[in-house]
Amino acid sequence: MTNVLLIIFTISLLYLGIAHRLLTYIKILTIQGVLLFGIAFIELIEINAVNLTFVLLETIVIKAIAIPLFLNYVMKRNRITRDAEPFLPNFVSLILITLIVITTFILSNAINDARISKIYFVVAISTLFTGLYIIVTRHKLITHVMGYLVIENGVFILSLAVGNEMPVLVNLGILLDIFASVFLLGIFVNRIGDVLKDADVDQLKSLKD
Amino acid sequence: MTGIYLAGAFGISGFLFFNRSRVINYLLVSAFLVLQLGFTIYEYLHINKPELTYFTPDALGILLLVTLTIISIPAMYHSYMYLGSKQDNPGHTAIYFAAMVALLTSVSAAYLSNHIAVTWIFVELTTLSASALIYHRRNNRSLEGTWKYVFVCAISITLVFIGILFLSFSLSQAGADDLSFSNLLRKAPELNQFWLRLAFIFIFTGFTAKLGLVPMYTAGIDAKDKAPSPAGALMSSVLMNVGFVGIFRFYTVVSHTTVHSWANHIILIAALLSIFVATVYMTKVKNIKRMFAYSSIEHAGLVMLGLVAGGVGYFAAVLHIILHAFIKASLFFQQGQIYRVYQSKSMYDVGNYFKYNLTGSMVMLLGFFFATAMPPSGLFITEFMMFRSLFEAGYLWVLVVVMLLLTVIIWAFGKNIFKLLFSAPVAFKEEGVEKIKPVESLSQFILLGLVVYLGLNPPQEFLHLIREAIKNLPQ
Repeated sequence: MTNVLLIIFTISLLYLGIAHRLLTYIKILTIQGVLLFGIAFIELIEINAVNLTFVLLETIVIKAIAIPLFLNYVMKRNRITRDAEPFLPNFVSLILITLIVITTFILSNAINDARISKIYFVVAISTLFTGLYIIVTRHKLITHVMGYLVIENGVFILSLAVGNEMPVLVNLGILLDIFASVFLLGIFVNRIGDVLKDADVDQLKSLKD
Repeated sequence: MTGIYLAGAFGISGFLFFNRSRVINYLLVSAFLVLQLGFTIYEYLHINKPELTYFTPDALGILLLVTLTIISIPAMYHSYMYLGSKQDNPGHTAIYFAAMVALLTSVSAAYLSNHIAVTWIFVELTTLSASALIYHRRNNRSLEGTWKYVFVCAISITLVFIGILFLSFSLSQAGADDLSFSNLLRKAPELNQFWLRLAFIFIFTGFTAKLGLVPMYTAGIDAKDKAPSPAGALMSSVLMNVGFVGIFRFYTVVSHTTVHSWANHIILIAALLSIFVATVYMTKVKNIKRMFAYSSIEHAGLVMLGLVAGGVGYFAAVLHIILHAFIKASLFFQQGQIYRVYQSKSMYDVGNYFKYNLTGSMVMLLGFFFATAMPPSGLFITEFMMFRSLFEAGYLWVLVVVMLLLTVIIWAFGKNIFKLLFSAPVAFKEEGVEKIKPVESLSQFILLGLVVYLGLNPPQEFLHLIREAIKNLPQ
C-alpha cells in the first residue's frame, strides 16, 4: 500500500513538470499532503499515539489544508497572475524530471542495506531534485516557494524511512517544515507583495557585483 | 547553567522586543552582556562537563564562545552608535536588539551542542534572527538581501537535515541519542560507507551557507552588505564560525572512517573554488562591505585547506578562524564610520579618509595589513603553517595556485583600500562632514591587538585549548 502511494506521489512530480497554472501547483501540493498523510499513517502506526497524532495532524492540517489556503490567499492578495512562466517549455521539463527519477533509480542500485527500503530513497531524492529544478526554472518568487515546499515533502518522505526507529527525526523534519514555510510565506505575504508588484525574480537583481 | 543562560537570554530578547523605553533597553542589553560574560566564564571553568545532556563545553566550543563574547561587547556599542546616527523609530530599534541578542544566544548554543540535531536547530534559529537584522533598513534592497538570505539558508538547512537523515541510515542500529558527536566518533569505523558519503556531501553543502564557501556563499554576501555594519561584523565573524563548527565536528567523525581521503577531495575542491571566486570578485567589486565579505570567503577557503592538509594544518585552521573573526569584526565596525563620513559604500565616492578620520584610517590600514596576512598579523603565522602543511602533505600544485590567487587578492584589496585612504574623492562636499570621535575606534584597536598577541605570543592555556580541540583528528 505504501508503495502505491509513493508511486502516485512520483507521478504527481511529473504532473508538476507540465503544469502551467499556479492553481494547479497548489492542487498538486494538496494532493501530496494527503498522500503523505496516508504514507505516514501506514508507516508510523507502531510509534506512540501522541507522536503519531502530531505527525498526522501536521501532514493533514498544515501540508494539505493550511499551506494551500495560505498560498491561495497570497496569490489573491498580491494579484499574482496565474501563469507559472517557466524558462523552459513544459515538454523539456517533463523529460528532465523523468531523467531525474531514472537517475535516482539507477543510483539506488548501489544501496545494499536491508534496513532502508529503496523506494523511499528513490522517491525522496527525486522529489528533492524536482523541487530544485522547479526553483531554478521558474520566474516567479511564489513558484520558488512552492518548489521549496516540494523539497520539504521529499525530506518528509526520507525521514519516514527511519521514522519507526527515530521518531524524533520525523518531528525535527516537521519543525523545519513549519519554521521554513511559515517564515518564507510570512515574508512574502507581508513584504514582498507590498513592495514589488507581481513579484518576479527579475526584480531581485539589484544586489550584484 | 546552560539552561539558565538560554532561558535568560531568550527572555531578555523577548523583553527587548516589546520594550520601547531607551533606558530599559540599555539595562537589558547590559544584563545580556553580563549574562554572556558570566556564562562564558562558567563554561570555561566547567570544561567538558555535559549539561542538559545536549550541551558540552569542549575545547573548540570554549574557544569560539570566548571569541563571541569578546566581539559581542563592541558589537553592542557600535550598534548604539549606528542607531544613534540614524534616528530610527523605537519599534525598529527594539526588533534590532532583540534579534541581535537572539542571534548571539543561538550561536553560543550551537557552539556548545554535542548533538548534530541540536546544532541544526540552533543554526536554524540563527537564520531567523539574522534575517531580522538584515531587514533593518526596510527598503527594497534590504528586502532583496533578506529574501535571498532566507531562501538560500532555508534550502541549505534542509540539505543539512537530509544529511542528518543519511547519517542516521549509516548507523548499523538506531537509538534515541545515537547522533551525538561523541557517539558517532566511537562508532565511526562501523558507519556504512555509502550513506556516510551522501551524508557528508549534504551536511557539508548545507553548512557552506553559514561558513561562506562555494556553492552556497552567495546569500551571505548580499546579507553582509545589506545588514547594518555591526550586524555584518557578527555575520562575518561569529556566524561564520557556526558553519565552521558544524563542518569541523562532522569532519572529525569522518576522518576516522575510510571515507576520509574522499572527503578531503570534496573539501579541497570547495576550498579552491572559494578562493578562486573570492579572487575574481575582489578584483571587480566596488562596494567596501562586499569586498570584506569576499575576503571572508577567501579566509574560509584557507581554513578548509588547513583541514585538508592535516598535521599542523589542523592547528592553523582553528587559530585562523579565531583570528579572522577578530580582524573581520573590526573592519566591519570601522566600515560603519566610513559610511557616516561619505554616506556611501561605493569605492567611487570615497577617498582621502586620512583627512576626515585619522584614527579610523589607521584601523583601515592596519586591518588591511592584518586581513591580507602580513606580519605582525597572527594570520601570517597561521597561513605560513597552512602552506607548510600543504607542502608536507604533497599538495604542491594546490599551494602554487593558492599563492598566486592570494597575491591577486592582496593587490585588489590594497588597490581599494589605498584609494579609500589616499586618493581624493570625486564630487565630495566637505562641509557638514561628521566628526568621528577617536574613542569609537578603540575597540577595533583592541581586537587587532588581540590578533597580534594571540598570533605571535599566544598564552599556554590558549595553545592547550587548540590542541585539545584537534586531539580527535588523526595526527
